[in-house]
Amino acid sequence: MRIHCPFCGSRDTGEFTYRGDAAPTRPTVPDEAAFIDYAYLRDNIAGPIDEHWYHLHGCRQWLTVRRDTVTHEIFSAVFAATLATEEAR
Amino acid sequence: MRYSWASLIAQSLRKHRGWKPAWATRPVKPHYDVIVVGGGGHGLATAYYLARNHGISRVAVLEKGWIGGGNVGRNTTIIRSNYLLDGNIPFYEWSLKLWEGLEQDLNYNAMVSQRGVLNLYHNDAQRDAAARRGNAMRFHGVDAELLDRDQVRRMAPFLDFDDARFPIAGGLLQPRGGTVRHDAVAWGYARAASALGVDVIQGCEVIGIERDAAGAATALETTRGRIGAGRIGLAVAGNSSRVAAMAGLRLPIESHVLQAFVSEGLKPVIPGVITFGAGHFYISQSDKGGLVFGGNLDGYNSYAQRGHMPTVEDVCESGMAMMPALGRARVLRSWGGIMDMSMDGSPIIDATPVPGLYLNAGWCYGGFKATPASGWCFAHLLATGASHEVACAYRLDRFATGALINEKGEGAQPNLH
Ligand SMILES: Cc1cc2nc3c(=O)[nH]c(=O)nc-3n(C[C@H](O)[C@H](O)[C@H](O)COP(=O)(O)OP(=O)(O)OC[C@H]3O[C@@H](n4cnc5c(N)ncnc54)[C@H](O)[C@@H]3O)c2cc1C
Ligand SMILES: [Zn+2]
Repeated sequence: MRIHCPFCGSRDTGEFTYRGDAAPTRPTVPDEAAFIDYAYLRDNIAGPIDEHWYHLHGCRQWLTVRRDTVTHEIFSAVFAATLATEEAR
Repeated sequence: MRYSWASLIAQSLRKHRGWKPAWATRPVKPHYDVIVVGGGGHGLATAYYLARNHGISRVAVLEKGWIGGGNVGRNTTIIRSNYLLDGNIPFYEWSLKLWEGLEQDLNYNAMVSQRGVLNLYHNDAQRDAAARRGNAMRFHGVDAELLDRDQVRRMAPFLDFDDARFPIAGGLLQPRGGTVRHDAVAWGYARAASALGVDVIQGCEVIGIERDAAGAATALETTRGRIGAGRIGLAVAGNSSRVAAMAGLRLPIESHVLQAFVSEGLKPVIPGVITFGAGHFYISQSDKGGLVFGGNLDGYNSYAQRGHMPTVEDVCESGMAMMPALGRARVLRSWGGIMDMSMDGSPIIDATPVPGLYLNAGWCYGGFKATPASGWCFAHLLATGASHEVACAYRLDRFATGALINEKGEGAQPNLH
């Protein structure tokens, strides 16, 4: 697998650290069930998902990568921070 | 047909033309007392013990592919019970005890070989950790021996004892650990279960879980039609989230790929199983002579049954650091299997919030050794509705209650377990 980092270009996955599914978001209110869900439960989808990869041996940016968990095909990679700002707008 | 010297001699005289299929192919019945989904080691063992221990023989095992095509036929065959935590040790030790009598019980040669499992340590801190683990094991009546450098050298002179960064300081040995021919385990359980009346149904994928007005699971939709069930047990390692989702459940599990490798056949060189303490690498030698080895998960969610090159490189580098002679052997094959990685690295054998639906999942990369006890305890749960005493810590709600069983202490990050 190669990830096309928006800053560094196409790089081998060996340069990246994996965080996992990007879907869970930290609850903003102190709700126990919501935190259990956030910390432990996953959809674990077979197919395309958004996930967080960290370009450790490159630009050290967090990326949101869209990747198929069945074929390993990578569709897109954008800076997670940019995405977060856009979503906040 | 019972396998014995007499049957072997009789068959050889008939040029081996009289052997019967090991298990029966029967028509699918419209309803079973218990249906086990997944014809891997765990599902087949569960069906066998349901019939043998609990007298429940209207049982079906539904397998979407063929028996032995999943992880039970893809693992590196290591069995051991060298765990640290109270929730784990009695369970894995029970499993090892069942392995010790398995071939006689099943009347099937699974090549159970207690050749020893040796975990190397490379510094003082690791020696302390090994001693602590060995003591925990001994408190539970499990065999463990702390070896110093010279004792390890006598066992395995071919290791790199003087590596500049990771010199070998000793090892923790479990003499009763070893290896088992993995697919023979699937075949042996399938044959023994079938003989007790269990229907082993291959090429039958579960695609839906039917529920009644009260929400209870009562039947399965499959590629071979609807099949009713008194109770349903899921044992679909690697696909647990997908099948549980059919009943609206979300699990504390991610699916990850683990690779394994085997070399060309060599003369006997490695006495038992040896694991590297300064990286993740383990190796043993099969009876055919191939060096069987592996290491870390690839580390990203996957349902692909194949991995990527950085992991191949990492595994081979660790192997070279531990046993430089490995560089002279040629790798023959490599493959991957899909692991149910749970959020604390330990398994789940429990009822689910859906009445009638039971779960056996989250075995991570260590479920092969668990096969007999997992089947034993899951059968107990399906038959009695209560957890077996050696598996009572493997609850689904432990992620909410905080009673986690985290051997590595890595937190809810499955790719680190
Ligand atoms: C490379 C590798 C090395 C390993 N090494 C070891 C080791 O040395 N020691 C150890 O203890 N463990 C090891 N493991 C882990 C071990 O193999 C697994 O934990 C264990 O085999 C899982 O249980 P199982 O045998 O029931 O799984 P499987 O054999 O995978 O059985 C599950 C079955 O469910 C079927 N299924 C899935 N979905 C459906 C559906 N919808 N309908 C019907 N059927 C379905 C699948 O086809 C599959 O056959 C290793 C795993 C791998 C991949
Ligand atoms: Zn980058």
